[in-house]
Amino acid sequence: MTDPTAITTDGATGRPAPSAGPSSPSADAGAAARRERLGHLLQHHGASLVLLGLAVFGTVAFDAFATGANLRAIVVSSSFLAIVALGMTFVIISGGIDLSVGSLFVLGGVLAAYGSRAGLLAALALPLAVCGAIGLLQGVLIGRLGMAPFIVTLAGLLGVRGLMLAVSDEGATTYLVEDRAFASLGQDGPFGVTWPVWITVALAAAGVVLLQRTGFGQNVYAVGGNEEAASLMGVPVVRTKILVYLLSGLLAGLAGALNAARLSSGVTILGIGLELDAIAAVVIGGTLLTGGVGGVTGTMAGVLLLGVIQNLINQVGNLTSAVQQVVSGAFLVLVVVAQRVLSRTQRLT
Amino acid sequence: MAEAVAGRRPGLDRARVLAWAREYGVYVSVLALLLFNVVFTPNFVDPGNFRTQLVQVAPIVIVALGMALVIGTEGIDLSVGSVMALAASMVVLYLGYGPVPAVLVALAAGAATGAVGGALVAYVGVQPIVATLALLVGVRGLANVLVPQLKEISNPGLLALGSGSVAGVPYVVLIAAALTAVMAFVVRRTTFGRRIVAIGGNRTASELSGLPVKRLLLAVYVISGTLAAGAGVLATARLQAGDPTSLGLFMELSAITAVVIGGTPLSGGRIRVLGTVMGALLMQLLQATLIKHDLPQSWAQIVQAAIILAAVYAAGNRGAR
Amino acid sequence: MGAADAEIPVLEADGVSKRFPGVLALDEVSFALRPGEVHALVGENGAGKSTLIKVFTGAHRPDGGRVLVEGRPVAFGSPLEARRAGISAVHQEVGLVPDMSVARNLLLGREPRTRLGLIDLPRLHAEAERTLAELGVRADVRAPLRTLGVGTRQMVALARAVSVRARVVIMDEPTSSLEPREVETLFGVVRELRDRGISTVYVSHRLDELYQLCDRVTVLRDGRVAHTGPLAELDRLRLISLMLGRDVAEVRAGGVTRFSGEHAAAAEQPVLEARGLTRRHVLNGVSVSVRPGEVVGLGGLLGAGRSETAKAIVGALPLDEGEVTVAGTTLRRRRPVGAAIRAGVSLLPEDRKAEGIVPGLSVRENIALAALPRLARAGLVSEARIDALVETFMRRLRIKASSPHQRVDELSGGNQQKVLLARWLAMNPRILLLDEPTRGIDVGAKAEVQALVDELARDGLGVLLISSDLEELVEGSDRVVVLRDGTVAGQLGGGEVTEDRIMAVIAGDGAGDPSGEERHG
Repeated sequence: MTDPTAITTDGATGRPAPSAGPSSPSADAGAAARRERLGHLLQHHGASLVLLGLAVFGTVAFDAFATGANLRAIVVSSSFLAIVALGMTFVIISGGIDLSVGSLFVLGGVLAAYGSRAGLLAALALPLAVCGAIGLLQGVLIGRLGMAPFIVTLAGLLGVRGLMLAVSDEGATTYLVEDRAFASLGQDGPFGVTWPVWITVALAAAGVVLLQRTGFGQNVYAVGGNEEAASLMGVPVVRTKILVYLLSGLLAGLAGALNAARLSSGVTILGIGLELDAIAAVVIGGTLLTGGVGGVTGTMAGVLLLGVIQNLINQVGNLTSAVQQVVSGAFLVLVVVAQRVLSRTQRLT
Repeated sequence: MAEAVAGRRPGLDRARVLAWAREYGVYVSVLALLLFNVVFTPNFVDPGNFRTQLVQVAPIVIVALGMALVIGTEGIDLSVGSVMALAASMVVLYLGYGPVPAVLVALAAGAATGAVGGALVAYVGVQPIVATLALLVGVRGLANVLVPQLKEISNPGLLALGSGSVAGVPYVVLIAAALTAVMAFVVRRTTFGRRIVAIGGNRTASELSGLPVKRLLLAVYVISGTLAAGAGVLATARLQAGDPTSLGLFMELSAITAVVIGGTPLSGGRIRVLGTVMGALLMQLLQATLIKHDLPQSWAQIVQAAIILAAVYAAGNRGAR
Repeated sequence: MGAADAEIPVLEADGVSKRFPGVLALDEVSFALRPGEVHALVGENGAGKSTLIKVFTGAHRPDGGRVLVEGRPVAFGSPLEARRAGISAVHQEVGLVPDMSVARNLLLGREPRTRLGLIDLPRLHAEAERTLAELGVRADVRAPLRTLGVGTRQMVALARAVSVRARVVIMDEPTSSLEPREVETLFGVVRELRDRGISTVYVSHRLDELYQLCDRVTVLRDGRVAHTGPLAELDRLRLISLMLGRDVAEVRAGGVTRFSGEHAAAAEQPVLEARGLTRRHVLNGVSVSVRPGEVVGLGGLLGAGRSETAKAIVGALPLDEGEVTVAGTTLRRRRPVGAAIRAGVSLLPEDRKAEGIVPGLSVRENIALAALPRLARAGLVSEARIDALVETFMRRLRIKASSPHQRVDELSGGNQQKVLLARWLAMNPRILLLDEPTRGIDVGAKAEVQALVDELARDGLGVLLISSDLEELVEGSDRVVVLRDGTVAGQLGGGEVTEDRIMAVIAGDGAGDPSGEERHG
C-alpha cells in the first residue's frame, strides 16, 4: 500500500525540528532516509511482523496451534472485534475517538434478535438503522457543535447501554433469534468458515478502498492530519466528521447483529470493554491516536494479533484469559512508547 | 454602533446564564433533587437511607478527587477502575500479614500503577488517554491473574473498615469526607496544588516559569492511582470479598462524569474539589430517585448521559461572548 | 519585470481599517497588487502586515474600507472563500497535511478517477510529478509530505496554489528556514509564477531577497502605509529607516523614551556569558555577555534570532552547541529553565499570551507563580506573604486591576506585561531577559516599563533588552549586539549606539564590529 503513513513530526514546537547536528546534509539525508524507511516499516507493518513471529512461535511450540480448527476458531472469534475496529480506524484517523461502540455492539445484538421475529431483513435493518442514527447524532454533536469526541461518546456509552436495557426489560429479557436464515448468517458459511469472517474480509477490503481510493478517504486523512489546512483546501470538515461516526455506529451495530446471529440470541451482558479492545487493536496496528496516520490493514493485523495472543495463552492451558489482558496491556504500552521514540528520532525537516 | 450593542445583549445574557449554570448548577441540582425527594419520595428522610446513599457514593468520590487533579492538568486517567481491582487482589494476597500491611501494599500498588501512567505521560510524551488505556487493560488482567476468582474476606479488622461507624457515620463516609477536605486544602493552600492548576492553564508558561512540570505531572498520576487503590480497599472491605473481576468496572466513567459535572473543565486549568463531590452526589441521588420512583436503571443511564452532554455543552461555551 | 501599466489591480485594499481591543492594527491602509508583479510587503512586528494578510485571506473582516479583487469589491466570510476567489496564502507550517503523500496533498479534492469513480493512483502520481516538474521541482510524490525539506514543501504548496488557479499568492516569510540552494529554487518558482501572470505578495525581512525578487514594495508601520513604490528606487538604508520609522537625516539627539541613557559604571566581570549558541537554521555561534548594571540591547530584524537567543540562554530552546555561564558557573542543561531561574536568570517571553500569562488564573496567582516555593513553608502557601508580595508589586509597577483576584486575561496588554514583570522581579533575578517588553502596550504603560528597566539596571541588575523599536533600543541600552540571520553582525558600544549605526549594521554595510569580539567600555 502506498498510503501516507509513518511517523509524525513533533508538532508541539511548531519549529523546525533539531537535527543530528552540523553534519553534512547529504550524509544526513541518507541516514535520515534509512531511518524513515525503518520507521515506516515498524509503524505500519510492526503488528504484522509480530503477528508473523507469534504464528511461527505458536506453530513450533504447540501442536494444536496450526490446525485448521484452531485457526478457524481464531478468525471467527476475531471477526466481530475486527468489524468494530474497522469503524474505529476511520474515527481515529480523523482525529477522534468512539467510546460508544461497545454499547452499540450490545444494542445491535439485542435489536437484531428482536427484529429477527420479522425475518432476516428486519434483523439486519433494525440494528443498522438505530445504531447508525446514534452514530449520526454523536457525529453531529462532535462535528457541528464542536464538542469533544471523548466526552460525547462517553455519554453515548452510558446512554446507549441504558437504551439497550430499556428495550430488554432491564436486561431481564434475552430475545432469541427466531429467523433461521438470520441465525445461519452467524453460524454457517462456505469452506467451514462462518459468514461473519467473509463479511469482515469484504468490509476490510471495502475499507481499504474507501480510505485509499475515494475522496471521502482523503478527507478523513486530511481532517485528522491538519484540520485547519483541510478546511482551507476545501475539505468538508464537518460532514467528514459526521460521516466517520455514522460509519462507526453502523459497523458496531452490524457486528453486534452478526454476533447475535452466531449466539442465536441478543445477549445483554456483552460488549463491556469492547471499545477498549477496538482502540487497542487500532493503535497496535499503527494508527496514531493523534490522527492523520494509519490504515485498515494494520488494524486487521492488530485484531488478529490480540486474537492469536489469546489463543496462545489458551494453548498454555493453565493460564486464564486474564493473562491475555496483561499481555495486551503491556503490548499496548510497548507500542505507544515505541511510536514516541520513533517519532523523536524520526523528526526530519 | 447602538444597534450592534443592542444586538449583543441576548448573547451576553446567554453567556451569563451558562456561566451561572457552570458555577452553581451542580449545587442547585443537588438541592432541587433533595427537595424533590423530601416531598415526593416516601421514606426518603430516613437516616438509614441517607447512610446507604453516602456509603455507595464514597468510593466514587475518592476516585473522582484524584481524577479532578488529573483533569486539572488537562489529562485523563482511565486506569482507576482497574487499579481498584488490583488493590482488591493485593488485599486478598497480603491479608495474611494483617490488615495494615495488606492495605499499605494495595496503596503502593496503586501508586506504582499511577507512576507508570504518569511516567508515560510526562517523560515519554504519550497522550494520557492512551497511556492510561493500556493500564486499564493490563492492570485489570494483572489483578485477575493474581486473584482469579472472588475471594471472601473474614479478617475482622478489615471488615470493620467497611462496615464500622462512628456515631452512626460509616468509616467509609468519614474517610471520603476527610480526603475531600485534604484535597480541597491541597488544591487551594499548597504550592503543589497551585502549580498543577497553572500547568493545566498554560503548560508553556509554567515551563518558562521554572515549574518542574514533568515531576508534577508524575505526582498527579501517582496520587490518582493511590486514591483509586484506597477506594478499592474500602469497596473490598464493604463487600467483604476481593473481586478483581468486576470491582471498579466503569469507575473511570463515573469519576470523569462527577468531575465534569462538578465544573472542572476537561481543558484543565481549574479544579473544583467540592463541585466534584457534588457531581458524584448528583449522579447518585439521580439514580436513587429514579429507582425509588420505579423508573428503571435504563432510564437512569439515559438521563445521566443527557446530563453529561448538557454539562459539557455549557462548559464548552466558555469564552464565547 | 515592469508590469507597471495602468491595469486594474488584481488585489486591492482601499482604506482598510481593522481594530482589535486596544489597538488599531490597520489604519486606512491602501494597497494595490498589479497583475504579474512580485510585491514586497515589509514592516516590523506589529506594523500590521499579518493583519493585512489575514484580511486578504478571509481570516479577518475589515472594520472599515474595502477589499477588491480585479476591481470588484469582495467580503470574504472565510479563508475558503478567499481561496475560491483565487487568493492563496502559502505559510510555512499550515496549509498542507504533513502525513499525506505529496501527490495526495497536491491534488486533494481533484484526484483523477478511474471509470469506477475511484482515485486512479498511477495517474495521480503522474499528474503530480508533471505539475511539480513544470515548476522545476523534483520530489518523490509518493512520499509523505513531512519527509520533504521545508523548501520543497513550500514548493508543493505553491504548486497546489497554482493548480487551483490562484491569481494571487501570498508568501509569508517563506525562506526563514531554507537552505541557500532551496531559496534559489523557490525564487525560480516565484519567477515562473510571475511569467504566468500570477501576482505574488512577498513578506520577508531578508533585504537581499527583496532586492533580488521584488518589483515593488509597500512598507507598513504602526498600521499605516509608510511608503509604496518601485523597490529599485529605494536604497537599503532608506528602506530600513522607513520600516523602523526613523528618518536617517533627522535622528534626534534627545529621545522620547523614559530611558535615562547612562547607567552606573558596569562592573568589570560579566554576570552572564553565553558563548557560541548554535542551533541549525536558527542560531549560528551567537555570543553575548551582560555585566551587572548594564543594559545590553539585542538588535536586528525579525527572524534574525533575537528571541531564539534569549530562549537559548534560559534553556527553553535546545541547542546543538554552546554554553551559558552565570557568575562563572555553567548552567546544567538537564532541567534547563528551572536551573536558569535558580541561577537568577529570568526571561520575559515575547508571546505574552501563549508563553507568559496563565489566562484562567488571577493577577495574584500569576504574579506568585514562579516565586511560590519562596512564599511557602513546607509546601504550604502563605497567603499573607503572597498578599504582601502582590501588593508590593501591584503598587510598585502600578498594575491596574479591579483587585488582585481579577482574572489576568481581563487586563489590558500593558498591565498583563507588568504582571509578568512582577512575576520575575519577585524572584530577585540577577539578569532579566526582556523580549519585546513594550510591544502591544499603550504609551503610558510603555514609559513606565522603560523607566522600570532603567531603575533596575541602576540597582545592579543585568538586562538583555530585545526590541524592534529602534529608539527604545538606542536609548535603553549601554551596548547593542546586532544579529543578522542567526549570527552576530556587529556590536556597538558607547557613542556608537545610534540609530543609523544600528541600521547600517542591520543592512550589512560593514559598519560596527563584525568580528563579534567583546568590547568593553
